[in-house]
Amino acid sequence: MAKWIVGLCLAVWVVSAFAGEAAPAANDPVLEARMMRISSELRCLVCQNQTIADSHAGLAVDLRQQVREMLQQGKSEQQILDYMTARYGDFVLYRPPFKATTALLWIGPGVMVVAGLAILVGVLRRRSRMPQDQFDPEAPEPAQDPHLT
Amino acid sequence: MKSLRFLVPLAIFLGLVVFLGAGLKLDPKEVPSPLIGKPTPAFALTRLDNAGQTIRREDLLGKVWMLNVWASWCVACREEHPLLVEFARKKLLPVYGLNYKDERSAGLRWLANFGNPYDASLFDQDGRVGIDWGVYGVPETFIIDREGVIRFKQIGPITPDVIRTQIEPLVRRLNG
Repeated sequence: MAKWIVGLCLAVWVVSAFAGEAAPAANDPVLEARMMRISSELRCLVCQNQTIADSHAGLAVDLRQQVREMLQQGKSEQQILDYMTARYGDFVLYRPPFKATTALLWIGPGVMVVAGLAILVGVLRRRSRMPQDQFDPEAPEPAQDPHLT
Repeated sequence: MKSLRFLVPLAIFLGLVVFLGAGLKLDPKEVPSPLIGKPTPAFALTRLDNAGQTIRREDLLGKVWMLNVWASWCVACREEHPLLVEFARKKLLPVYGLNYKDERSAGLRWLANFGNPYDASLFDQDGRVGIDWGVYGVPETFIIDREGVIRFKQIGPITPDVIRTQIEPLVRRLNG
């Protein structure tokens, strides 16, 4: 009987010892997928045209591990992005927030397109009001081209 | 007014030249640190040469000091090193090292070979403190004021020019 109890205690102890160890992150596909999604929002500062998810640079590996651990601690995606921007600035975000210093970045292309269209419309309107004789005569018809006949 | 219209393409061209010229001068590797003007992150690391002695953020409050991030595997650090040794000899301020993602023996051997400019080197084996300091390109150099606020950061090797025009004036002002 005593043997049984010792055996049972040992069994429970062994099981609980294993249970006490958290499963390595790589074995948790859901967490790993979340980690990769967040990492793909972050720029690797060592190789700047890659995301932390893509890069094999030492720092990217470390930062992926950091993201993994913060997810395990139950941190939200926003908390993780805040953690990264506090250390590396808005530059780490592939989608930087809209604020005074990034306004030109966000609005610039739109302003250029609108300005280009406005100039195009202005030129076309002015030309449509010009009399016909201001333009060069039309190019000869292709059929009249001596090389083609 | 109409006679000056031929200058418009020239003006556009000059505008482009200014933009592209400025763009050539900017180094995309130099990302402005958001930590400038912020208190240093908390840290508690052992000394490189003494695993039994821990140095904490609080230990360094009250003095202006320099933190230089280095590693024995870092090629640019070796290039920078003689300059740092020479700078440390002037004793303008205490210079601490952050031995980043290195092995203790490799780091100590490196210092023995090339000279040790550091009052002490903090041993950051897993690079966690480096991440807290926003380190991404070793070597990096920080100047921290008496209140423990980061006032300056150099990414990449320091140069004689940076020491003369930026670091020395700043240290004098912070100490003055």
